[in-house]
Amino acid sequence: MLARVMLRALVVMLAVPSFAAAPLTWGSDAQGGAPYVFQDPMDPNRLVGFEVELATMLGQRLGRQARPVQGQWDRLLELLARGDFDIAMNGIEVAEEKRRVALLSRPYFAAAEVLTVRRGDMKAPRTLEALKGRAVATMPGSMAARILEHAGADVRTYDGGQDEIYEDLRLGRVDAVLLDDPAARYFGDLVASFERVPGDFGSVQYAIALRREDTELLAQLNGALESLEKDGSLRALYEKWGVWSAETARLFGDADEKAHGPAVELERWTAAVGTLPTFTERLTSRYPAMVPLFFRGAALTLLVSVCAMLMAVLLGVSLALGRRFGPVPVRWVCIAYIEVFRGTPLLIQLTVVYFGLPELGLKLDPFVAGVLALGLNYAAAEAENYRAGLESVPRGQLEASTVLGLSTLQTLRHVIGPQALRISIPPMTNDFIALLKDSSLVSVVTLTELTKTYTNLANSTRDHLGLGLVVAVFYLLLGLPFARLARAAERHFGKHLHREAA
Amino acid sequence: MTLVVKNLVRQYAGNPKPTLDGMSFDLPAGTLTALLGRSGAGKSTMLRCVMGLESFETGSIDIDGVIVRGTKESSPQERALAIAKSRERLGLVFQSFELFPHLTALENCVLAPMQVKKEARSTAQKRARELLCQLGLEQRLDAYPEQLSGGQKQRVAIARALAMEPRVLLYDEPTSALDPSMKNEVLQTLKRIDERGVTQVVVTHDLQLAKAVEHVCVLDHGVVIESGLPSQVLQNPEHESTRALLAAWHA
Repeated sequence: MLARVMLRALVVMLAVPSFAAAPLTWGSDAQGGAPYVFQDPMDPNRLVGFEVELATMLGQRLGRQARPVQGQWDRLLELLARGDFDIAMNGIEVAEEKRRVALLSRPYFAAAEVLTVRRGDMKAPRTLEALKGRAVATMPGSMAARILEHAGADVRTYDGGQDEIYEDLRLGRVDAVLLDDPAARYFGDLVASFERVPGDFGSVQYAIALRREDTELLAQLNGALESLEKDGSLRALYEKWGVWSAETARLFGDADEKAHGPAVELERWTAAVGTLPTFTERLTSRYPAMVPLFFRGAALTLLVSVCAMLMAVLLGVSLALGRRFGPVPVRWVCIAYIEVFRGTPLLIQLTVVYFGLPELGLKLDPFVAGVLALGLNYAAAEAENYRAGLESVPRGQLEASTVLGLSTLQTLRHVIGPQALRISIPPMTNDFIALLKDSSLVSVVTLTELTKTYTNLANSTRDHLGLGLVVAVFYLLLGLPFARLARAAERHFGKHLHREAA
Repeated sequence: MTLVVKNLVRQYAGNPKPTLDGMSFDLPAGTLTALLGRSGAGKSTMLRCVMGLESFETGSIDIDGVIVRGTKESSPQERALAIAKSRERLGLVFQSFELFPHLTALENCVLAPMQVKKEARSTAQKRARELLCQLGLEQRLDAYPEQLSGGQKQRVAIARALAMEPRVLLYDEPTSALDPSMKNEVLQTLKRIDERGVTQVVVTHDLQLAKAVEHVCVLDHGVVIESGLPSQVLQNPEHESTRALLAAWHA
């Protein structure tokens, strides 16, 4: 398993050059969920959604194979600019601020913004004006968020999926939810205790985003979208998914606003997640099917963590030695490094490494960037661990070594090192387990590790509790062997202690 | 002469008077010498300067006619080289022994010969085992320092120093960390090493030990004020400070 993931990481690193008839890579966030792009709750290994099918259709028209790339939703345009995929297509709205950073295709879909409140909530806001000062949940950076800000609402945005947004409405943490109609149909409308507020709260059009220089691809996509629109393929697609809307009809100049064909996919979704299966059912049939996905996520988490820890240990040892034994300038550099990397958030470091460095001409692969950011950050913590270890060894040990004629290197290797290591192992184990958990941050650079696997699945199955327990078990299983290894190492380096004196 | 110290001056920053104020003495090869003096007389500083654990302003130290340390060493590199050169000739037994706690008695004694002299493990182990046996530790070869008594630890520390085959072996207060009943044992050990022809210098506060050695030097205010046979110095001290020191000890 591990070998396969390593191999894959290697392939990703080497596969930078493009090929003739290269696949059409398109960025989206499976956590955003149904009906756009999500893991099929009946078969979580399958990515489904109306945009998945649209991407396939576009790929066919362009003679390229459509290949999805995972990216955090509110970062899709940054990832696009970096070159992580050719196009971004995931409910991206036609808006001025998006046009400033990317090219937008002709719109392929339109929808109303839908305000959802708790049924019978007499105090619920029911007009745009009434939203002023009220807690309303939506997606960050979305059209709905801008409408809410304009209305003076207390806007709550979520990095998670739509299911989490509606869940907070149900729990009374917010007064209302404003989201695009498709999301309301797949989440809000399923809950009997919610009601849609009638009225006009604005509307939104979706377009495909491209890099500014890709005008040729834009022309191809626009041509493909136009022909899919004209030959009725798009309408059929939207009807099948149950998202055909009056707004889309107007956008396409289609006089028939009513949907006709059965909304097969919406029905399938409702059947799958409308009510959660019992816990026993989930344990016996649903979770086992997801285990391979969790294994894949766990393998990536482990690989990222082990690589980052190796880097942190090597760099940390150098920093600690530099700080303890180096000449004054080296000492200052080491202290400055430790303070900067310990004193700034890991998320910012990762963002700078991944999105900032390309500005200086250094574009790193997601895996490399993730390992690098984690390694650089944890090196600061490791350096302090080793310093504590080094300083715990009495000065006399150093003098005894000097007097015997041992060189500094020999003293470190045979006298100071083994004694310091025993002190440093417990905090090191702690750090590794912390790193294992912090590695979930690499999901912002398109890596679907263990946590991202969980959040995607939880949103596409609306099962946060049960899957939360599953993912917790995976994290524990990852950490425990290292804790045991560390205890064995401690015993090895401490074998001279706690023996009975003769 | 084996060990000759000439005109050693060492002044610590912030101290009005030098701790070593032109200290000179010389020790004949193979003797067992005690360095006496009240606290602050400069005994430990002298020891640390000889061992290269501290630098000094002026003066020189030579062993067997070779200057191992002198003020001519201007750069830290030269000083490090001189210290390295003197290592094979000098050994020190610390007051607190400073055994390596993660190594067994035998491992403590083979580390430096293998690392510094690049001896084969078998050669180093053979000699270490002999030394430890001679010092009565044949049952404790594989014991860790924590498992040893104070006296045993000290003998391991001595064996560790002797394993490097030094010409001069220095001891910093060898009896102070031990039970008073052990004094005799220490003395026996020193005598046994004396028979091997190693020049030994013992910094001590212990009158009983001082009486048993071959040569005595009394230090005060960073200089040697009196030296000679123990019978002579300890029974008919010439210097006022020596008399004060002996009076304090007898009290």
